[in-house]
Amino acid sequence: MINLSDVSKTFTLHNQGSAVIKVISNVSFAVVPGECVALTGASGAGKSTLMRMIYGNYLTQAGQIRIGGLNIVQAEPRDVIKLRRDVLGYVSQFLRVVPRVPTRDVVAEPLRALGIPEIDAHDRASALLKQLNIPERLWSLSPTTFSGGEQQRVNIARGFAHAYPAMLLDEPTASLDAANREVVLSLIEDAKARGAAIIGIFHDEAARAQVCDREIDVAQFTPGLAA
Amino acid sequence: MTEYNFAYLDEQTKRMIRRAILKGLAIPGYQVPFASREMPMPYGWGTGGVQVSAAVLTPKDTFKVIDQGADDTTNAVSIRTFFQRTAGVATTTATSDATVIQTRHRIPEEPLHEGQILVYQVPIPEPLRFLEPRESETRKMHSLEEYGLMHVKLYEDISRHGHIATSYAYPVKVEGRYVTDPSPIPKFDNPKLGDMAAIQLFGAGREQRIYALPPYTQVVSLDFQDHPFEASKADHPCGMCGATDSYLDELIIDDAGGRMFVCSDTDYCEARQAAGHKGKDAA
Amino acid sequence: MTPLLSVQGITKRYGAHIGCTDVSFDLYPGEVMGIVGESGSGKSTLLNCMAGHLTPDAGQVVFDTRTEGPRDTIIMSEPERRMLGRTDWAFVHQHARDGLRMGVSAGGNVGERLMAVGERHYGDIRDKATDWLGRVEIDASRVDDRPTTFSGGMQQRLQIARNLVTGPRLVFMDEPTGGLDVSVQARLLDLLRGLVRDMGLSAIIVTHDLAVVRFLADRLMVMKSGRVVEAGLTDQVLDDPQHAYSQLLVSSVLQV
Repeated sequence: MINLSDVSKTFTLHNQGSAVIKVISNVSFAVVPGECVALTGASGAGKSTLMRMIYGNYLTQAGQIRIGGLNIVQAEPRDVIKLRRDVLGYVSQFLRVVPRVPTRDVVAEPLRALGIPEIDAHDRASALLKQLNIPERLWSLSPTTFSGGEQQRVNIARGFAHAYPAMLLDEPTASLDAANREVVLSLIEDAKARGAAIIGIFHDEAARAQVCDREIDVAQFTPGLAA
Repeated sequence: MTEYNFAYLDEQTKRMIRRAILKGLAIPGYQVPFASREMPMPYGWGTGGVQVSAAVLTPKDTFKVIDQGADDTTNAVSIRTFFQRTAGVATTTATSDATVIQTRHRIPEEPLHEGQILVYQVPIPEPLRFLEPRESETRKMHSLEEYGLMHVKLYEDISRHGHIATSYAYPVKVEGRYVTDPSPIPKFDNPKLGDMAAIQLFGAGREQRIYALPPYTQVVSLDFQDHPFEASKADHPCGMCGATDSYLDELIIDDAGGRMFVCSDTDYCEARQAAGHKGKDAA
Repeated sequence: MTPLLSVQGITKRYGAHIGCTDVSFDLYPGEVMGIVGESGSGKSTLLNCMAGHLTPDAGQVVFDTRTEGPRDTIIMSEPERRMLGRTDWAFVHQHARDGLRMGVSAGGNVGERLMAVGERHYGDIRDKATDWLGRVEIDASRVDDRPTTFSGGMQQRLQIARNLVTGPRLVFMDEPTGGLDVSVQARLLDLLRGLVRDMGLSAIIVTHDLAVVRFLADRLMVMKSGRVVEAGLTDQVLDDPQHAYSQLLVSSVLQV
């Protein structure tokens, strides 16, 4: 489902003496449907960078990243957008929303983008919010004023609203209490069970052990850190 | 009359105006620019109409002037006198006897016949002006037949008053092409514009525009399907001649709010009275 | 798939000064593209060239018309281009008063495009206008009020309703949230995003506000001195800018 071959990335900082920084080189691995792979490595090893490259958020200088047949490295923006809408989900650590949009609409939006009627999208959103213990009285409010943990859960609900065949999870259990952590892990296990290919970053080792099938140490791809 | 050229204007000016008139007749409803001259009367007193009349008058013509339908108001009298003096033409108040009729704000009640010319005084020739102040833009709208804006004006009328309240200068479409301002005639007169036997010429002196309707031109008043055009008038008979088919002026006759309605077309009213018709207020 | 709009080598000079030069891109149905850059970068010139308000010195603006397929709108006759301008195209001005008739009621403003394409039934026109006021969150009771009595945000929403009533397929927007309070901006952005999604609109949005493009645009073009220096997926250009100028632009935004 997700295939990386010989992937490399550099940052060129034009405004800081045109410094060229090699951050990732020669990454190759694959994730099959129903599999969850953890990216590991010390902070700064490039886990999030690699994940953003897979999402198409960071530009990849060399190699191929194929997701469901599309090479995201050379894809047109509209193909990447279609891929993100239909195939590839991403739960980041930060919630980014338009102010004043109610929480339930925020969660339902990925479904609305797929053309699912508002009523059905709202039903699914409500179920997820309930599952993640967001009190119903908050659903009609914008999440911008919520606490960090609440925002994180809204973000997860949004990320899991549509059953993406491929998912990227960046610290999905960070800043969650035990009960909600369990809910998130069960969502991940459900996703695996329906055949989603998942790549995740988990600092929470117990969580990683529970849901991940194997680990990939990103440090080996990081020039200067490897060896 | 040796002091002035015939009909006041010099021959070159009249030729220039005639060319504009001919172009106007060739393109019914199209506003033809012309080099309007200073006339010995202020703008707004019919300088456009006077120049058109001067250009079409011949020594054999019989001239009539009406202002709001009346032959005896200041404006009508002074323009009639002006051409008596400068052209020496015969004048009349009888609609059927006149060959050239200059008018402000009315079309005579009596149907005009072939060979007659009706000259309108026009203050603002551009029907789109009140909604689109840019001349460059209104010209483009005319040339591209973009007339949606005209209906916006009527829409505004209905939304504000519940019906199309525009009661004079009611816009028309000429031969399915140009949207045209009929000058401030009451909309009661609009149906007479179309299919008329006489030539209709419109002159706007300050705005320097001439336009025309040749005989038997198709003229349609704009409207909405669910708010069709209606030629309305005061729902009374004439107090003097009893006519029920003519456009009426409302006169306040005392301090107690007493009023009467009389034909605005004085020639029509007098002719009917002479023929023995009598209204309820006739002495 | 045929692009809805295919822009090829658009160049516009003002004497010796370059407005924009050699800009090319394809816009596909349903895509929203942002154009960012500082004042004088040529983004508004480009927008006006595409929308037919300015005639470019070189280049093509090929639009996939409903009836005749792709046509170069630059060499199209003016009546045809103006017809596009009031049917399949819409233009949202930065200042609502440039895009509205301030002396005409809200209903008349929205109804104008309908009347311009030949609708002649007052009741129908009014119903559609009222429906559109609702869609842009203006109370139906304001249908007969003039825009002069509206707040800035309401005027901008009215302008959007007026533009979208004929169901256009391509919307040009010039700084649509400029000059509005921040709180009003957010509401407008949300509204625009919903309309774009529900109507399947394609849009080109010129702005200097990177937050606006992040929320609305799928794709981004960064312009400097009349040239496109970088283009790509919006979040990629904003989060991993490649060109020196884009990096400067992105890093210059104050974090809140």
